[in-house]
Amino acid sequence: MSRNGPIALGFNALVISFMLAPLVVVCVVAFTPENTLSVPTTSFSLRWFRAVFAHSDFVQSFWNSLWLGLFAATLATAIAIPAGLAMTRYEFRGRDFLNGIFLSPLIIPHLVLGVALLRMFSLIGVTGSFPWLVLAHVVIVTPYALRLIIAAVVGSDRSGEQAALSLGASQATVFRRITLPMILPGVTGGWLLAFISSFDEVTMSIFVTAPSTVTLPVRMYMYATESIDPLMAAVSALMVAITAVAMFLLDRIYGLDRILIGSR
Amino acid sequence: MSTGAGRTLSAKATPYLLSGPALLVFSGLLLVPLLLTAVLSVNAFDDATGVKSGFTLTHYAAVLTDEYYLGIFWRTFSVSAITTLMCIAIGAPEAYVLSRMGSPWRSVFLLIVLAPLLVSVVVRAFGWSMLLSPEGLVNQCLQWVGLGPVRILYTERAVIIALTHVMLPFMVIPVWTSLQKLDPDGENAALSLGASPFTVLRRVVLPQVLPGILSGSLIVFGLSASAFATPGLLGGRRLKMVATVVYDEYLHELNWPLGAAIALTLLLANLVVMLTYNRVIERAYRKSLG
Amino acid sequence: MSFLTLTDVSKSYGSAPVVADMNLSVEKGEFVSLLGPSGCGKTTTLQMIAGFVEVTRGRITLDGLDITRARPNSRGLGIVFQSYALFPHMTVSGNVSFGLEMRRMTKTERRERLDAVLALVHLDHLAARYPRELSGGQRQRVALARALVIQPRVLLLDEPLSNLDAKLREEMQFELRQIQRKVGTTSIMVTHDQTEAMSISDRVVVMEAGRVTQIDDPQRLYEYPQTRFISTFVGKANLIRGRVRSAGPRARVDLGSMTVEVDAGGAAAGDEVFLSIRPEKLSFVPLGQGQLDGVVRERFFLGSQWLYHVTTAVGELIVACPNDGRAPLEEDCHSGVDWPSHLVRVLAAGTAGFDAQQSTPAAES
Repeated sequence: MSRNGPIALGFNALVISFMLAPLVVVCVVAFTPENTLSVPTTSFSLRWFRAVFAHSDFVQSFWNSLWLGLFAATLATAIAIPAGLAMTRYEFRGRDFLNGIFLSPLIIPHLVLGVALLRMFSLIGVTGSFPWLVLAHVVIVTPYALRLIIAAVVGSDRSGEQAALSLGASQATVFRRITLPMILPGVTGGWLLAFISSFDEVTMSIFVTAPSTVTLPVRMYMYATESIDPLMAAVSALMVAITAVAMFLLDRIYGLDRILIGSR
Repeated sequence: MSTGAGRTLSAKATPYLLSGPALLVFSGLLLVPLLLTAVLSVNAFDDATGVKSGFTLTHYAAVLTDEYYLGIFWRTFSVSAITTLMCIAIGAPEAYVLSRMGSPWRSVFLLIVLAPLLVSVVVRAFGWSMLLSPEGLVNQCLQWVGLGPVRILYTERAVIIALTHVMLPFMVIPVWTSLQKLDPDGENAALSLGASPFTVLRRVVLPQVLPGILSGSLIVFGLSASAFATPGLLGGRRLKMVATVVYDEYLHELNWPLGAAIALTLLLANLVVMLTYNRVIERAYRKSLG
Repeated sequence: MSFLTLTDVSKSYGSAPVVADMNLSVEKGEFVSLLGPSGCGKTTTLQMIAGFVEVTRGRITLDGLDITRARPNSRGLGIVFQSYALFPHMTVSGNVSFGLEMRRMTKTERRERLDAVLALVHLDHLAARYPRELSGGQRQRVALARALVIQPRVLLLDEPLSNLDAKLREEMQFELRQIQRKVGTTSIMVTHDQTEAMSISDRVVVMEAGRVTQIDDPQRLYEYPQTRFISTFVGKANLIRGRVRSAGPRARVDLGSMTVEVDAGGAAAGDEVFLSIRPEKLSFVPLGQGQLDGVVRERFFLGSQWLYHVTTAVGELIVACPNDGRAPLEEDCHSGVDWPSHLVRVLAAGTAGFDAQQSTPAAES
């Protein structure tokens, strides 16, 4: 069904190469046996990967990011489920206003959010606190979870819930045994997307993290501004791998094209 | 069984109760911090004693009149504008080409174009810094064909190239969505009426895709203007943009009020652009495309 | 001399044939319908004439010129798409004038033609509206106007009425024919609705699985269907299985429980055949006075007629009686059923007809 001429296909090839170039380069250079950034030509080496695992700062940051992501995604999903139900199932005053607020982190630059939270954290005195960092991430990733959950709720059929109610089930039971299973793909997809977003985030985090809570992307940024060596490439390659796994899971559970461009 | 009035009351309160937790989090960690920052931006600052309470507009004055900051804003604006134009020039045609492909290639390529969104921007920016460095692949290719090593890294060019890469998916998505709404027979109808393929693009496809392009431009411009990691890694220490200047003020100069003023100016600029866009789009397209 | 001719036109995707050896001659000013179930290849045929689908084999000639490989924007055909394919970002005037702009007409010429065609389809008062603001029927007229204003040599219509509701569809059928007669444009319409095809066409081309099975004017098609499929696809038919005992114009066909005398056409003795009788050709008569007797099992009231399901010795027959005011038969009523022998059609037991003929417009009446 392709109606594209050779120029169009050539253009497409260029764009694809453009999009893949930095990622491919990073993954390839990570295997270099040399001391400098270079493409491995004679042999592949894992020395830089070993260096990453030996580098305590990076390992610590990785665990920070992992736990941060897990907590933030879970909390974000937990508040997004009831909020999503409220947005879609009810007509009430202030609904559009609330919807706007909950989705605003998508429009407000992360820079501004980072700066604002830094101010508040220092005033309260919680600058190095991990729980407060989690809350900061929750704000940023909730819109992603909320959008997917809203889509799932809007697409679900209410008659199943009505049947359960007519058979005597309580609201809580209906939610637990009918609604939740129905919107589960949206919920899990939302959770995963929230996790990925938290794991990747750097602009806000760089303001809000303290030496003990530095996340992986922030650590990478700071390292990259000071020294450029294949260690950075190795860490980057690992990040790409982690993202690839998450994308695979996301595709299995929800469908990557649905997430990236909406309905199929 | 509760009374009718009782049931109505609790039913009315339900959506508020359901949104409660989220509202609590957002009030505490979004609204309050923004307010505090607004207050901060009009506080005075002393190199010796730090932030002092009291009302002053010196920081905003500095932002809006000082040559240094105006230069930063101008550079940020022009970089964002050029990035937006590049994304239109590359992203819109690419979305069109993809929409005319058959499966499975269409889904595969679309995924390749959009998936980088899920990879951290630090990784992508670092990848570009490797490609554009004096010993990087791009220069190696140029030397191959005889052109001397060109200084790309740590210039505006590098920032634009990397930003285009990061922002391209944000242009492709709305344009793709617009294209999906097109009637597939519309182009055939125009052809049957005697239009050349180019005229079909110009008079039938483009007008319908324009809202998507504008929507994408808005997103790309806004994100580029507030970008941090990409200009940070590809612009180097000397090429500052708004986000990196704010970083300096907060973490190096410790002049938080000034940093807050700059950040809020950026936020305001973003909101103004967005509202004007909505107004313009609504008026122009309400009748035809709803 | 034929105006539009398809000669051995075929289309295959890989090894799967979608249209096979299509031969068709359309006269100038004729209204021809391609009729068949979905998947029979009628839309593909239309798209090949329009130039949107490449012809695998065969030739298409228009007014003497070979257009088989011509690009779709050079064929000068008017096309009404099933979805109408209006340009949503242009007004009705914009849509209709588009073809005229492509032909580089002056503003005054465009204005004249635009006004004339909008008056023809009764849309003059809606010229400044956008498609979004129009009803389904109005959009359909815009699509028609857009195709007609360029004064095409042939008008192609792809299921133009299928998106309209029943009442509107009926009205539009007649209006479509009226407009076509007025303008005189050669027209080819694709449809799966047999009433539509029959009511407004000069000739109907029945297609099945990529092949043409019969080309006739509507009346001949209805009264002389050449295959079992056509007899039940076009209108309803009672099909009774039988075996020819003796051939010829006064053949005797054994139906199991009885023997009837019919014109068996080209059937030979010993052949397995189906007798096809239209429900409205059957009538109720007193018991014992008809070809056979039966019991009314069920009856349906359709407003203008009564439909009876009658159990008989040769199977279940459907009888249609006009609602002429007389009392209808009750269920479980016994009655005789009769039919005139010359109105029975004999069809082969296989899917093909005996002599699958294609009639030319100058066929005997």
